[in-house]
Formats: sequence, C-alpha cells, structure tokens
Amino acid sequence: MNIIVLAKHAADPESEIRVSQDGKSVDERGLVFDINDWDRYAVEEAIRLKEEHGGEVVVVGVGQTEDTLRKCLAMGADRAIKVPVEPGMDSYQTAMAIKEAISGEKFDLILAGLMSQDYNNALVGVLLAGMLDIPFATAVTSIKVEDGKVKIVRELEGGFGEENVLSLPALLTVQSGINEPRYVSIMGIKRAKSKELKEVSVSVEGGYTEIDRIYTPPVKKAELIEGSPEEVAEKLIQILKDRGLI
Amino acid sequence: MRVFAVAEIKFGELDPVSIELLNLANSIKGDGTAEAVVIGNGISKYAEELAKYADRVWKIEDSSLENYNPELYVDVLSQLFSKEKPDIVLVANSSRGSEFAPALATKLNAPVITDIVGLDTSNGIKATRYIFQGKLLVDILVKDGDTSVFTVRQGVFKEGSEVGGEVVDAGIKPSVTPKREFSQIIEPEVGEVDISQADIIVSVGRGIEDASNIELAEELADALGGVVAGSRPVIDSGWLPKDRQVGISGKTVKPKLYLALGISGAFQHIMGMKDSELIIAVNKDPEAPIFGVAQYGIVGDIFEIVPALVDKLREIKG
Ligand SMILES: Cc1cc2nc3c(=O)[nH]c(=O)nc-3n(C[C@H](O)[C@H](O)[C@H](O)COP(=O)(O)OP(=O)(O)OC[C@H]3O[C@@H](n4cnc5c(N)ncnc54)[C@H](O)[C@@H]3O)c2cc1C
Repeated sequence: MNIIVLAKHAADPESEIRVSQDGKSVDERGLVFDINDWDRYAVEEAIRLKEEHGGEVVVVGVGQTEDTLRKCLAMGADRAIKVPVEPGMDSYQTAMAIKEAISGEKFDLILAGLMSQDYNNALVGVLLAGMLDIPFATAVTSIKVEDGKVKIVRELEGGFGEENVLSLPALLTVQSGINEPRYVSIMGIKRAKSKELKEVSVSVEGGYTEIDRIYTPPVKKAELIEGSPEEVAEKLIQILKDRGLI
Repeated sequence: MRVFAVAEIKFGELDPVSIELLNLANSIKGDGTAEAVVIGNGISKYAEELAKYADRVWKIEDSSLENYNPELYVDVLSQLFSKEKPDIVLVANSSRGSEFAPALATKLNAPVITDIVGLDTSNGIKATRYIFQGKLLVDILVKDGDTSVFTVRQGVFKEGSEVGGEVVDAGIKPSVTPKREFSQIIEPEVGEVDISQADIIVSVGRGIEDASNIELAEELADALGGVVAGSRPVIDSGWLPKDRQVGISGKTVKPKLYLALGISGAFQHIMGMKDSELIIAVNKDPEAPIFGVAQYGIVGDIFEIVPALVDKLREIKG
C-alpha cells in the first residue's frame, strides 16, 4: 500500500481571530497554527494501514507546512513533500498544486482530512479526486483494504452510516473519531530528523474566486448572568424554579 | 439567470432542504428560471412535489440510480448541465451534496463554493459563508466560469412561495461504470438512554477536558433529574457513547432545558439543539457562538460554575 496523505498547517479556530486592516484577510498575529485536526486522523489512519499492509506513507503539504510535515514524519510517515506555494482560500489552486506535486508518485490510496479547521471548505480532497479521475468518498469513519479494493463506511446525518466498496487507487477524506491519533514520541521526533522532506515547486494560475470582505457575524446575544460562581448558581436556580424545571 | 437546484431524497422522502434550494433559486433568478433536478428510480411523486416550487423539474430516472452514487450523479448531472448551461447550480451541503458537488465542479470546469448561507446575484455573483467554525463571515466573488456550483447550508432559506411549474423527463441515462459500489446503510447504535426523549439535558463539550470530568456533568444531571449528552469531540474521544452525541451527525434533541457546558456552538452542533425550550450556556470565551442561540449565558469556567450549582441544588433537595 502506497499512501499519500494531505496535511495542512492550519490556524486553530480557538486562537485569537481578528480581521486584518484591509478587511479581506485574517490577522495572522494571534493565530496559533498546528496540523489540521482532521488531517491528524488521516495521518494516523495511513500509518495504521501501512502497519497492517506494508508500503509507504508520503505526506504532502502546501504552503508554510514545515512544522506540520515534521510532525507527520514523527508520527510515522516515511517522507514528506512540501509544495511551496501560498494556497490562500482558493481550493482549486491548492488541489492543482498537489496534483502537480504528486504527478511522479505511485499510490494506491490518497487520504485527506474531511475539511480544514480554518476555512472549512471541505473541497481540496474531492477536487483532487476529480482532477485525477479516481473514485472517492468523504466523511469516512472506517477503512478496510480487501482484495485490491477498499471497503469504507462513511457518515451520513443522524448517526446513520453507509458502506461502500471502492476500487483502487481511490481518495478518501476522513472524519474525526475514525481512530485515536498517536502522540508524537521523542523517538519519533529524533527519527523524523533523518527522513526526507523535499520541496517540489509547481506553478498555479488563476483561481476562480476572490475574497471580497471578511467580517464578524452579527449575533443575537444571550442575557448574561454575572457574579461569583455561587451568585451565578443562585440566579440560575431561580430561573429554573420560575420555569418549573426544579 | 438560470438556476438549477439538485433535489435530495433520503430514505424515501424528499428532504426539506430541496425546497430551501428552490426558495433560494427563486429569490435570485431575476427574469430567469428556477429549475429542479431529481435523480433516482420511481421519482415521479417527488418531481410533482418539487414542481410546486420550480419553473421546471428535470427527472433523471434509471434503475441504477436507486441508491446514491457520486460517480453516477456527477455523470448524469454533467450531461444535463452541458446541454442546459445553467448559470448557477445549487446542491445541499449534506453528506451527499458536499461529497459530489466538488467533483461535479471539476467535471464542468466550474467554480465551487461550499456551505453558503447567502448568495447575491445583483452585481456579479457573491456568496457568503462562515470560516473558523462560525467565528467569521466571508463574502466571496466568483471571478470566472459560465456555471457556478454552490452547496447550501440547510435551514437558512426556509422562506419562499409557490411557483407551479412543469415536470419534464431529461432523457438522460448513466454513461459510466462506477468504481464505487454501494453496499448497505448502517443504522445508528442504540444505547440505554434516548437523549432525544429527555426533558433536561446537561451537555458537555471539549471544555470538559477529560473523561474523568464527565462525572461532574453526571452529578449535575442527577441533581436536575436529567441526562448527560455531548458534542462531537467528547464522543470522538470516547468519553461518552456515540448515541449521546447531539448534532447534525448525532441526535436532534428538544428538551425543556439544554445546559451547554464548554461547547463552542459550531453550526453542526447547533442544528441538533437549537429548538430546545430553554438554552443556557457556560463558556469561558465571551465570543463563543453558542451565546448566539442561548437565552442565558454565563461567561465563566465550568469547573467553578458546575460544582457551585451542584452544591446549591443538593442544598435545596436537603
Ligand atoms: C460533517 C460534520 C458533522 C459534524 N457533526 C457534529 C455533531 O453532530 N455534533 C457536534 O457537536 N459537532 C459536530 N461536528 C463538529 C463541529 O464542527 C465542532 O467541531 C464541534 O461541535 C465542536 O465541539 P465543542 O464545542 O465541544 O468543542 P470546541 O469547538 O473545541 O469548543 C470548546 C469550547 O469550550 C470552551 N471551554 C474550554 N474550557 C472551558 C472551561 N473550563 N469552562 C468553560 N468553557 C470552556 C472554549 O471556550 C470553547 O468554546 C461536525 C463536523 C462536521 C464537519
């Protein structure tokens, strides 16, 4: 099994998020970057599949992804490809860049996270599958390789799932909870230092979209209950009493 | 504008999001048309229903389309769209729609924008969507492309009026052999507690930090006579069983009281609890989107608030 995993160095939605002066981008100061949460599950799944079936795990990142690629290598990926273009928010460009960067690679499976935690587009994976003309499935919660095919379960709404069988090569985007991603060990970090991290330059043009404006959503606000924890508790109990809930 | 909406049929029923797509289509079509596409086998009744809200409904019917398959959907839709050349294609941002829409876009060489909550066609095409899990909004202009594809968030375009159009057979058959085969639907797990029936729910999010802290929520639920549920990360981490998940991929709940503890309020969570009679949220981040759906909010630490609440409740009970 040769597996390519896509990993994004993405801003944490829990970090301090502010709009830049130009009103068209997010202020990078205050943002904390790490491996995209969904991609952590994809990397873990790739390593497990490799442990079971042999082969190689190659992790691909677009943009400033050095830290994330190193982390993936420390988790157990064999080598990394960095694609040094600024991906921005246009997923077509990102997918095109990846397609070019992996054009010399032989693979059975491509795994990606369901979406990125910063822009939440859920696009790059399927766009890439479309460009490569290979079968795909999204929001995958179980992967089994059997007889040259891959049997998957993907998540539907309301707790339902759907089982499908795809011929290889295929691309799957992974939903959170599919596994428990391993911690990066000191040994892993040491070993990662000697692993290959190569840059592949590609050119991407155009893009279909343009950011017009980024802004804070107007929200209706809850009535705030303030005070010490004891005071808050008392006020809450009063509210519940008034409503006949206690 | 010619606006096409791809209807969604789930478990033998027309999903209400299909009408929402047509509501949006009608509001932006100008002097053009709002048209629906319905794909499947034995779908006339859905086509008739859709025709109330569309100027035209295209039926794509074949026995091989009985079950959803993204490759067949992309194939038949791109056949129809290369002929009919819509300006805009609307797809539900569902588990299906969000899966096949990007592949359809690559096939049509079309721009695609996902999970939109607004679409303005008065001056070019401008879509609005959330980023950073609901913390910011972004307006995106489509620069290029004859047809643009959008996946539309459900529950946003509920308002609309009836149009009354015709049903036509698109006369399109699948032309590819899919490399993905459908095997079966897997039913949700059933546990001992059915949170969808509970009157009082104490729901915990990632803010609970660790499995061992679930006990705190259990104590509060006991004191209130309710049950404990959770957001997705809590279930993913295995701190609560799968059937306790509230949200779009979990359960929809409608209790008399929903107490959200350390839950940020991502759209996928809110979809599962927004119709609760009373929502009270405790979160240390004053900007957390959960305060947008809660009637009462406490900006604070759950590890201080919850024990205080448990103590007071126990005092009352004696
Ligand atoms: C296709 C799809 C389906 C999904 N389905 C679901 C679903 O069914 N249900 C669901 O819940 N999610 C679902 N999600 C995930 C969803 O997008 C969010 O990731 C998730 O809801 C976030 O859970 P959370 O609020 O617990 O965690 P976070 O977003 O990490 O928020 C934790 C919150 O806790 C607060 N906090 C931390 N510590 C404390 C403290 N000590 N005291 C008070 N507050 C504290 C923080 O300020 C933060 O707001 C889905 C996502 C996708 C893409």
